[in-house]
Amino acid sequence: MAVTTMIGAKIHRREDPRLVTGHGSYVDDMQQVGMAYMSVVRSSQAHARIKSIDITDASKAPGVVAIYTARDFKAVLSGGLPVTESLIADKKYVPNQFPIAESEVVYFGEPVAVVLADERYQAADAAERVQVEYELLPVVVDFEKAMQNGSEKAHSDGPDNIAWDVNFPGGDIDAAFKEADVTVKERIIQQRVFPMSMEPRTVMANFVPFANQLTLWTSTQVPHFVRIFLCFGLGIPESQIRVIAPDVGGGFGSKLRPYPEEYLAAASSKLSGRPVKWVEGRTENLQATTHGRGHIFDIEVAAKKDGTLLGLKVTNLSDNGAYVGVFGALQSALALLLAPGCYKWKAVHGRTVGILTNKMSTDPYRGAGRPEAAHLVERAVDLVAQELKMDPADLRRKNFPSEAEFPFTNALGMVYDSGNYAKTLDKAQQMVGYEDLRRRQSELRKQGRYLGIGLSTYVEICGVGPSAATSHVSGNLSLVESSVVRVHPTGSVTVAVGTHSHGQGHDTTFAQIVADALGVPYDSVEIHHGDTADTPFGYGTYGSRSLAVGGISIYTSCQKVVDKAKKIAAHMLEAADDDVVFDQGRFHVKGSPERAKTMGEVALAAHLPGLPEGMEAGLEAVTYFDPPNFTWPFGAHICVVEVDPDTGAVDIQKYIAVDDCGNIINPMIVDGQIHGGVAQGIGQALFEEVVYAEDTGQLRTGTLLDYNIPGMGEIPELELDRTITPSPTNVLGVKGVGEAGTIAASAAVINAVVDALSPFGIKHVDMPASPDRLWKMIKEARK
Amino acid sequence: MKHKVATTVNGHRHEHEVEPRLLLVHYLRDVVGLTGTHIGCDTSQCGACTILVDGKAVKSCTMFAVQAEGRNLTTIEGMAKDGQLHPLQQAFWDEHGLQCGYCTPGFIMAAAYLLSQNPNPTDDEIRKGLEGNLCRCTGYVNIIKSVKSAAAAMGGAPARAGEKSVAGR
Repeated sequence: MAVTTMIGAKIHRREDPRLVTGHGSYVDDMQQVGMAYMSVVRSSQAHARIKSIDITDASKAPGVVAIYTARDFKAVLSGGLPVTESLIADKKYVPNQFPIAESEVVYFGEPVAVVLADERYQAADAAERVQVEYELLPVVVDFEKAMQNGSEKAHSDGPDNIAWDVNFPGGDIDAAFKEADVTVKERIIQQRVFPMSMEPRTVMANFVPFANQLTLWTSTQVPHFVRIFLCFGLGIPESQIRVIAPDVGGGFGSKLRPYPEEYLAAASSKLSGRPVKWVEGRTENLQATTHGRGHIFDIEVAAKKDGTLLGLKVTNLSDNGAYVGVFGALQSALALLLAPGCYKWKAVHGRTVGILTNKMSTDPYRGAGRPEAAHLVERAVDLVAQELKMDPADLRRKNFPSEAEFPFTNALGMVYDSGNYAKTLDKAQQMVGYEDLRRRQSELRKQGRYLGIGLSTYVEICGVGPSAATSHVSGNLSLVESSVVRVHPTGSVTVAVGTHSHGQGHDTTFAQIVADALGVPYDSVEIHHGDTADTPFGYGTYGSRSLAVGGISIYTSCQKVVDKAKKIAAHMLEAADDDVVFDQGRFHVKGSPERAKTMGEVALAAHLPGLPEGMEAGLEAVTYFDPPNFTWPFGAHICVVEVDPDTGAVDIQKYIAVDDCGNIINPMIVDGQIHGGVAQGIGQALFEEVVYAEDTGQLRTGTLLDYNIPGMGEIPELELDRTITPSPTNVLGVKGVGEAGTIAASAAVINAVVDALSPFGIKHVDMPASPDRLWKMIKEARK
Repeated sequence: MKHKVATTVNGHRHEHEVEPRLLLVHYLRDVVGLTGTHIGCDTSQCGACTILVDGKAVKSCTMFAVQAEGRNLTTIEGMAKDGQLHPLQQAFWDEHGLQCGYCTPGFIMAAAYLLSQNPNPTDDEIRKGLEGNLCRCTGYVNIIKSVKSAAAAMGGAPARAGEKSVAGR
């Protein structure tokens, strides 16, 4: 190991100076000479046959360059948007999605035509003048009804609405329930939510006629992935497509798939011979960017009267929307595989049914299946505790695997790498002053005040993924991650990675790793990502994988560089390779620290004559890292709320988060990730819900006016602490932290709300726990 | 029919002919070429496009460019002076007050106005003062810290005990 001054240090982000001064470079900040603006004409209906599209009037609008419909695109586009089909083990009906509707629209907001015009406003004006005549078809909105025999169909030519129906058996579930003293049942709804990155999606495409080359700037988390599918769709060789994801204003999972507009902008540039830009408005973003969650979980829990957990049955119904999301089924799979949470069960049985409806697709949103898992199992243990009149902390502690039981295999066969669950819970309880708080709670109850204490002890899965584990559930994707580490003759270092940073601060954390691993100054390390022209093929950033897979790839490349540099240093020092030690950025002969060469000196030598016999010049290495296992962060969050019984308003009085994400590269960035994650979890728990009209499938929460993401007044001060249990899965002992806050938070908040309202006999509250919902529940309970 | 509009943006005078319906934010971004002011919604909720108009925080999507005739506009690009970050910019950097950075210019401009009216705001006053701006990354925790830290640096509040940290570039 080299110097370790950077790993673990609070380094201020190198990304920030340009971002705080307005010199970021998001896609809409760029122009191309001769560029036309693209506006998308979207379906005003959730389900209808397209009778005609009349562009006569729109074509006369000022500045119009061209108007294209499916018929035009069919000449330059083929196939459909990808779906990780093999994930859907028992695949039923997965309709193909062409990027634009041809004869039938199946969700409100589906593209039906595009307009190109010289100016931004002209494109929007002309799009208004495209006349589309629809013949209405029955609309499928309620996904539980949609799975029944004889339901109306979301696609008129489909056999039914069932996309998949898969079982996840783990242990003898009947035996577990036979042993039970108590069983509890509940229906837990994970409402649809908008991911709502502050930057909506934006695409700029420049197809060079006669050269058959395409450059596409797009606000995405996965530039390489987008390139592959544009290559298939447009029939342009992958080598002749360059995808650039520059500064990206947040993603949260909603930018990790190829989208129709990427195909349409690229194809429009090809058809028109002009560069084309499309900027998604917020209202459009709510219609056209994938939604998160959208599940029902019916759970049944079996336990002994001493609080020992025995069995858990989970039936998941997933509201896919009109087209199965690219990773749509992955969320259900993760929700079930993680449903055991951090508890020892004798048996867990899961079933998931994917259901098509006339709505936008659901796809990953921060956590993608793990928040759903944590929410259901954390609700489940609280339900048991309430039933048995046990303290929920005691019940949890009783069912944790002990530290000595790791690696711990959960009831569905997932192997948790390391953990000490009791330790995070102990710490969180100390921080919140748990015993005092319980006393205060009972005192306040006597005064008619309703304080609630909610626990959420979660475990999650990061670092996707080991190819052996993921390939059969990811459509045969290996999900390895790549890096190139290149030391220049003057000793500075360029690192190119296949991940993408859109707020996570990779430029900083990755440079910290490289500075330590190579023993070079932090400022001499430059990180490149997001441009397929100068980065190796990579799977991008999602699933809290960038550090545990991408970071380890970089570290491994650095080790390869050190290995080669050591041979060169030995040659320069006229010593045997084995006699040279690498320490603090210097190569020295064992026992003679003064006989040394720095990495910079070796880098120069690597580019000059006189290298060891048979050695190639240069000092660089490439790694495609395939991790041996996932990583398993965990933690304990405690939320304290007071609910006003007269208004139903929830006041978060305290929020404690104790997280363990293994070793830390930059504590400031880790805390920031927790903050943001918790805020999104609180948002789902208390405020957010996507609503479609049951009869028409119109989006009722269609603007930011109608949909409440938390503002400054809604998020309390968050008190953070951590424990550190290194991951044995990788050499840096890191796990990942991008989604942990969201995974933990919704359960902590809802458990607190239920705890507050338990004197009313309330056992469960659905999200969002809005004042309206709670007021009605309290009123009903008081009858 | 285009209209003449003359504005002063970050101390520089600009004259253009624009459509009367052109939003001020599009004027700044597409006509003047200052892209630091961002657009995060189309219903004036998000505050990403906040600038100062004659020193007052305004969501620049709520004004037409022609309404800015003769006004003094300050955008995020006008905050750093002589190669030195404005204390708010420095504070957002120091306190990790941003992640993806998209909402940041709007927050900094709204905070600049807040501090001009209230040089030493409490947490609650910051929460109220910046309630018109949305951020999806930070959970606001470090934005509040950033504004307090800037207030201290600008002389409005006693300096906070600094955390030990390593300065990066």
